[in-house]
Amino acid sequence: MDYMLKSLKVAIWFMFLTFPVVVIKVNTIENVVIWRWHNMFYMGISIFFVSMVWRYFLQRKEMSGKKEKTDEKTFTQSIMENPVMFKSVSGGILAVLCVLPFITDSYQINILTVALMYIVLGLGLNIVVGLAGLLDLGFVAFYAVGAYTYALLNHHFGLSFWIVLPIGGSLAAIFGILLGFPVLRLRGDYLAIVTLGFGEIIRLVLENWNDFSMGPSGIANIDRPTFFGMDLTLNQSTIYIYFLMILFTIFTIFFVNRLQNSRIGRAWLALREDETACQAMGVGKTRTKLMAFALGAAWAGLMGVVFAAKTTFINPASFTFLESAIILSVVVLGGMGSIPGVILGALIMILLPEYLRAFSEYRMLVFGGAMVVMMVFRPQGLVSNFRRKYSFHSADTDGRFGR
Amino acid sequence: MEYFLELFLGGLTRGSIYALIALGYTMVYGIIQLINFAHGEIYMIGAFTALIFASVLSILGWPALAIFVVATAAAVLYSSAYGYTIEKIAYTPLRNAPRLSPLISAIGMSLFLQNYVLLAQTSDFLPFPQLIPDFEFMEPISHIFSSAELAIVLTTVIVMLLLTYYIKFTNMGKAMRATAQDKTMALLIGINVDRVISVTFIIGSSLAALGGVLIANHIGQVNFYIGFIAGIKAFTAAVLGGIGSIPGAVLGALILGWTESFATGYISSDYEDVFAFGLLVLILIFRPAGLLGRSETKKV
Repeated sequence: MDYMLKSLKVAIWFMFLTFPVVVIKVNTIENVVIWRWHNMFYMGISIFFVSMVWRYFLQRKEMSGKKEKTDEKTFTQSIMENPVMFKSVSGGILAVLCVLPFITDSYQINILTVALMYIVLGLGLNIVVGLAGLLDLGFVAFYAVGAYTYALLNHHFGLSFWIVLPIGGSLAAIFGILLGFPVLRLRGDYLAIVTLGFGEIIRLVLENWNDFSMGPSGIANIDRPTFFGMDLTLNQSTIYIYFLMILFTIFTIFFVNRLQNSRIGRAWLALREDETACQAMGVGKTRTKLMAFALGAAWAGLMGVVFAAKTTFINPASFTFLESAIILSVVVLGGMGSIPGVILGALIMILLPEYLRAFSEYRMLVFGGAMVVMMVFRPQGLVSNFRRKYSFHSADTDGRFGR
Repeated sequence: MEYFLELFLGGLTRGSIYALIALGYTMVYGIIQLINFAHGEIYMIGAFTALIFASVLSILGWPALAIFVVATAAAVLYSSAYGYTIEKIAYTPLRNAPRLSPLISAIGMSLFLQNYVLLAQTSDFLPFPQLIPDFEFMEPISHIFSSAELAIVLTTVIVMLLLTYYIKFTNMGKAMRATAQDKTMALLIGINVDRVISVTFIIGSSLAALGGVLIANHIGQVNFYIGFIAGIKAFTAAVLGGIGSIPGAVLGALILGWTESFATGYISSDYEDVFAFGLLVLILIFRPAGLLGRSETKKV
């Protein structure tokens, strides 16, 4: 009963709070006011229930926080650790992905390609945010660097996709180092705002420096990637880019996975947890952070080149803060530091709005809300990252340190 | 010379608005070490609320000055209510979480609020009625310094004096300073830290709302996206002056306002935002603690 009363209070508070924005709609040109009282009613009812659910979960979270943490393995974790299961599951997914282009139309393939691109972008940002714990809000700037590298080199010099791909990646990495070098000495939250500012600077320069980037109208007629010198039809090249993206994704997953357990990967984790202790252990702070920044940027740059080649037209409007926010929410919703998490996050974020067209305008509203809810109730994301643990076994059972 | 004066006064106006928003950032940061990304959105909601109330009242035929007073009061009231609610939903449960969590939560909140206003209202620029009348005594210089601009500068000065008094001499102000210095210690000597944080959010939000109303009245239009850029710039101002320091925020805001004004006036207006962000990057590189901030050394 106490519960209901509290929720009722919250509902009334929110009805008051949302009154001007939700109920009144003014048309300042014709000077008429539209009153939408029904909205207030819906708002009250939905907030009432949301508040009850919220309270319930908050209580549950507090309860579970008091309990001893168990080392139970989650479903994904058990798949990941069992080599047979892992191979069959990933093989199955791969087989389905390879067959898809021959049974569906190019529209579906396009959506899937975009989803794969976001997986790779998410994994790239995951290096920076998830592993090294550096909040980068200007990730899209490096994406833009890659895209414009290809667009400009192709436009002026006619260089092909395969030549520009490494150039775009390394140029983005250089930009990452250039930006990272001065700002990585700063504390985490300053870094967030500086990267945000940097992202905006890149976009504004692209928009205003007409001689260089052709301004807001962008660059059109960028060449699609060629297949060993052959020109492909539109349909063929859609499928071609799709397969390229599958290869790219596999490569990225492999790379990031290896990276995670490498020397530098463990240095990132250590740096994320405690900078001072980490430095005391002899890990160079700036160098390690720069490495994360440059690698993340390189991935964004590569994807930028693919993006330019796929859409054949780019303009600065594709590289707004919103794009950074989407990639960030892919990482956050999926689970920071967790590869299956980021993949799941990207699939949810990109595929759901595509197939639920009717609700697509609520997309960013839901993403924003989900980021808050995620942080409050499940900060580790949908699929949490599991730490590799080393435990001690006495000599007679195993004779060595093992997992 | 007159051009210089015009740019100077324009920069002063800009700086005053940035100062009003930056104060909210710097106060919140001083107390809970969080960049409140949703602060810019609160400023936007303040401007929107004022617009909505002003339009309703003007259709009812109220006189302009009464509309201005009521609309401003409504904007301040609603913005502080939003600030309070946001703190309770998105930040209170995360008080002991790692630092990245509340930051991401704040970004989510900012996206949420932008789209909430976008969906409930409109994505178009809405014209904002001119509520502050043209004063007659301003007539001779009105071409370089309008009445609305005078109102902005005067409001900022008055608010700044009141705020300084509040922080320095009232019990709540003392509690705020104590909490900013050491939260645990403040708790131990009987300060209700939760309440102090709520009050900080409320004060910061009402200042942002004031800024929102004044700038909307000055520029004459409102859009759901205005909070984003204004928010980053105000944050830049706060960092420039040394985040956590109240006089620093005002100083930083004025410097930023003048930089933008002179740079757009003498160099190029296309790169207005680039100058602001460039200034931010430079300051962080050469003086990370800001102009008036103390550089902190971490004890291990």
